Amino acid sequence: MPAPLVEVKHLKKYFKTPRGDLHAVDDVNLSINQGETLGVVGESGCGKSTLGRTILRLVPHTSGEVLFEGKNILSYDTRQMKALRQDMQMIFQDPYASLDTRFTVSQIIEEPLKICRKEMGKADREKRVKELMDTVGLAQRFVNAYPHELDGGRRQRIGVARALALNPKFIVCDEPVSALDVSIQAQILNLIMDLQEDMGLSYMFITHDLSVVKHISNNIAVLYLGQCIEHAPTEELFANPIHPYTKALLAAIPIPDPSKRSEDREIIRGEVTSPINPPQGCRFAARCPYAGDECRGKPIELKETRPGHFVACMKFF
Amino acid sequence: MGVDMNQNAEKLLDIKDLSITYITDDATIYAVNGLNMELYRGETLGLVGETGAGKTTTALAIMRLLPDRIGKITSGSIRFDDVDVTAASEAEMRTLRGERISMIFQDPMTCLNPVLTIGDQIAEVLESHGITSKEELSKRVDNILTLVGLPPERKNEYPHQFSGGMKQRVDIAIALACEPQLLLADEPTTALDVTIQAQVLALMKELRQKFNTSMLLITHDLGVVAEVCDRVAIMYAGEIIEYGTVWEIFSGTEHHPYTKGLFGSIPSMSEGQRRLRPIDGLMPDPAVQLQGCPFASRCPQCSDRCTAEKPASHRAAGGNIIKCHLFEGEDAGGGNDAGTAG
Repeated sequence: MPAPLVEVKHLKKYFKTPRGDLHAVDDVNLSINQGETLGVVGESGCGKSTLGRTILRLVPHTSGEVLFEGKNILSYDTRQMKALRQDMQMIFQDPYASLDTRFTVSQIIEEPLKICRKEMGKADREKRVKELMDTVGLAQRFVNAYPHELDGGRRQRIGVARALALNPKFIVCDEPVSALDVSIQAQILNLIMDLQEDMGLSYMFITHDLSVVKHISNNIAVLYLGQCIEHAPTEELFANPIHPYTKALLAAIPIPDPSKRSEDREIIRGEVTSPINPPQGCRFAARCPYAGDECRGKPIELKETRPGHFVACMKFF
Repeated sequence: MGVDMNQNAEKLLDIKDLSITYITDDATIYAVNGLNMELYRGETLGLVGETGAGKTTTALAIMRLLPDRIGKITSGSIRFDDVDVTAASEAEMRTLRGERISMIFQDPMTCLNPVLTIGDQIAEVLESHGITSKEELSKRVDNILTLVGLPPERKNEYPHQFSGGMKQRVDIAIALACEPQLLLADEPTTALDVTIQAQVLALMKELRQKFNTSMLLITHDLGVVAEVCDRVAIMYAGEIIEYGTVWEIFSGTEHHPYTKGLFGSIPSMSEGQRRLRPIDGLMPDPAVQLQGCPFASRCPQCSDRCTAEKPASHRAAGGNIIKCHLFEGEDAGGGNDAGTAG
């Protein structure tokens, strides 16, 4: 049993808005083991990206703890944090917006080395950039190219190389393939998995695409309006989803096989409700066909149905 | 199945040998290269391909909405029912657009006018196609909103007051206001979440059956294609490289190497394979006119002939039409259909 590298305990992140508090992340508990991948899925606006950013301390948290190798990093001061940032990196969703347009490829990949590896000389840095470009499959001829000269797939490879520059232990991948075409998406997914095998990296993989998350994750957490409503090993979750929202999410994916056309599939009605001052109780109750009185009024806790499989639902567990 | 349909149904849209270029200061972009496509009444054709394959350009050409002076149809013809779109006058096109052909755009957030209420935007379409009485307009707007599942009371609200899924419903309402014969849907669900996508797809299916509308569905999502299309055209670098019924494309054994690559790239929901089999390399530069097959540089089965000579269309044993040298000599009695994808 590998030890958890990252543990998230009762993490909350509220944004203040004129109409009240927006509960972006609301009491989330997670853990990610060394060398494993946790997939975080949910619809837009459910707090996936905010969760990733709060864990990396890119946005300040409201309450809760994030333990990295057993230490609560949310209490670290700036200097401790700077040292720690080398171990925690991020790959961003949009390979067009997350690279500095006025830097060349080598400058982009070199930048973290310049900041955190001051002892490295110019020649060493150049060597390291070359290594990294090889690792992520970028041809050396692009070393002096600017991002606008490259296509989305290659740009995302730059983003991966930059994240790897300081040999991190943990990487938050925030929808790294959703802006890419399928054939390119597969190249990047393979790369991300190969790197994990070679370097023992741990990932938190944020996505809205369940087929991608099934492919890449060991465990999956399903988020709805800032709360984790189901959390289980990947195989278990797909074989045996319990929460009505997870079931609806799985049923909504169009399957590339015309014989599995679902003429009468159950489509959940309505849309995600507002995360500003959400009601107590199950946040999915407003759209849930099974919701009853017991689902409203009091907070619903995640409970373990079978080893490793956690669900927050009054009706089905 | 496809053959029966061809004989009984009436051809609504017939595109022959269409080529489109964009002329910019830097280069000439060959966006569509000799495309052939036909669409029958009541049928849904999926046009599948990656970014830059020329899908949207094709749709814009059907509406004749290519950018002035830059986008040019260099050869070929587009026939819609009894109208020759490439030769029609602008006045004729204006009566066609919105009334007989209409389009749903990819991004529901940006294609609505932010300073007009949604009711006014739907009414605008009806007005410009001859409905002038205020009462009639208001009644039609209420009806169409109910049809797409929006409460008519909200017709006096502005686009920013609606969510993404609801805005896409407004788009669909505008597109269907005049009950067109042909609907061009350009990635209508790409910007939506899966649960909302399922709602919108179900709505489009229902409305299509109600009005017997033909639809050209542009998408890169093979799951969506399997869900709603009757026939599928796979597009690559401005050409249709494979064409067939949804069954032929999804279950047949013989396919264009690109189609195989495309299917190998999607993470499967049912199988437990760990590594994906992506297509190596990238789409060729559209500013260069190619001698041979556009897929040659990425194709695992490429030969010398592929880079030198453009492949013709061949009918595979399964019935689908493939534009590839590998299938030469396999023509299973192509007949008059063999040119469809050519």
